[in-house]
Amino acid sequence: MNFPANFKYTKDHEWINAEGDMATIGITEFAQGELGDIVFVEIETIGNSLQKEEVFGTIEAVKTVSDLFMPVSGEVLESNPAIESNPEVVNKNPYGDGWLIKIRLTNPSELSTLLSAEEYKLLTGH
Amino acid sequence: MKETALSKIHGSLGAKMVPFAGYLMPVQYAGVNEEHFSVRTSVGVFDVSHMGEFIISGEKALELLQLVTSNDVSKLEDGKIQYSCLPNEAGGIVDDLLVYRISGNEFMLVVNASNIEKDWDWISKHNSFGVQMENISDQTSLLAVQGPKALQVLQKLTEVNLNEIPYYTFKKGSFCGFENIILSNTGYTGAGGFEIYFKNQFAEKIWEAIFNSGKEFGIKPIGLAARDTLRLEMGFCLYGNDIDDHTSPLEAGLGWITKFSKKFISSDFLLKQKDAGVEKKLIGFEMIDKGIPRHDYEIWDGENNIIGKVTSGTMSPTLKLPIGMGYVKTRFSKEGTEIFIKIREKNLKAKVVKLPFLKKNN
Repeated sequence: MNFPANFKYTKDHEWINAEGDMATIGITEFAQGELGDIVFVEIETIGNSLQKEEVFGTIEAVKTVSDLFMPVSGEVLESNPAIESNPEVVNKNPYGDGWLIKIRLTNPSELSTLLSAEEYKLLTGH
Repeated sequence: MKETALSKIHGSLGAKMVPFAGYLMPVQYAGVNEEHFSVRTSVGVFDVSHMGEFIISGEKALELLQLVTSNDVSKLEDGKIQYSCLPNEAGGIVDDLLVYRISGNEFMLVVNASNIEKDWDWISKHNSFGVQMENISDQTSLLAVQGPKALQVLQKLTEVNLNEIPYYTFKKGSFCGFENIILSNTGYTGAGGFEIYFKNQFAEKIWEAIFNSGKEFGIKPIGLAARDTLRLEMGFCLYGNDIDDHTSPLEAGLGWITKFSKKFISSDFLLKQKDAGVEKKLIGFEMIDKGIPRHDYEIWDGENNIIGKVTSGTMSPTLKLPIGMGYVKTRFSKEGTEIFIKIREKNLKAKVVKLPFLKKNN
């Protein structure tokens, strides 16, 4: 299973890729596999400033609904327009075309509290 | 936790296994959408060996079944099958089931896995007729081979002419070289196909033979998750979701299997309910706003009143629309009625539609 080394991870199975004070967030390959076919992603927090671990959206697979949590604090700038009509891209390419939101970090130092790829890999048992 | 005779095979196919009704069952192999479409467009195989089977036999077998089931068993002939339910004394449903007439004095009941004990106790309690009952669930495997190519796949494995087994009938015959196999033209998908009952010891060989025969059609193993999306597109009830001890067959739209031409448990109550009209009704609905309905979500009218509850819901893979079923107060049950499903604290618009969701021309 693939976990890009330059990303940071949460115990709730989100990844974050930060560049300067901007970052992209999605769910991990492990998470998409556990969820199964993703049929709907709802993000209604665009423009909101959210705290670390606050819910920024929900993701629905055929049988389950899961909340999506902010890995770090930030302002939600945009969601991925591609997943509105094709949520399955989250299954197919969770680290690329299947990204969920872009944010502006309000407290970049929080990044250091997140899991590294190695640590996350251990957590998932892969 | 019980396992079916095919557990090893499911494991080797990479199935995700989950506990269901006391069994460890495959919920998904390749992915629910892919499995769903295999069944709709070609052919797929479900291991549903967790289902229960009872053999009911003796001179008064018919009398017992007329008492405990809602459909009219006297209308069955040898080799015919009936969908039915076991009403409780308060007009609710103990279980829904299939009744197979093997001969005039011998029937097979096929019941839900989660209700095997409950049904057994219920029927036993009402068996004052000296009818013999045998629970063959633990020795019996059941494969549902479903989809437009199912018949072609199975025909290669038997001398029995499957074209001569119409919907809701069955034959016993030789299959894959084994004798006395029940070949039943039934299913829970609306995609056509057969359900095959046999002894556990044949299970692995029969599974392999079916998959070899189906190779040319891209046959696939199908898990419980796709079983649920397939049945829901057809508006078929799932016990424990859409029907239970507190819903009447009339409320559930099962009036067609509730026959007042005979007396049965709570038939007086149900006849009164029929004459008075039901207070709530099971409906199908499609979402207009974006959101996916789920079991137990509230249903509201447009004026801040709760009018019912969702019993089943999913994103329909075929229709690419969120669909659901649920009970609403009868006056909201008319096709086209606008209703609202409360999803994450928001009332999202939906409309009542006719069942099945999937029409023949889809």
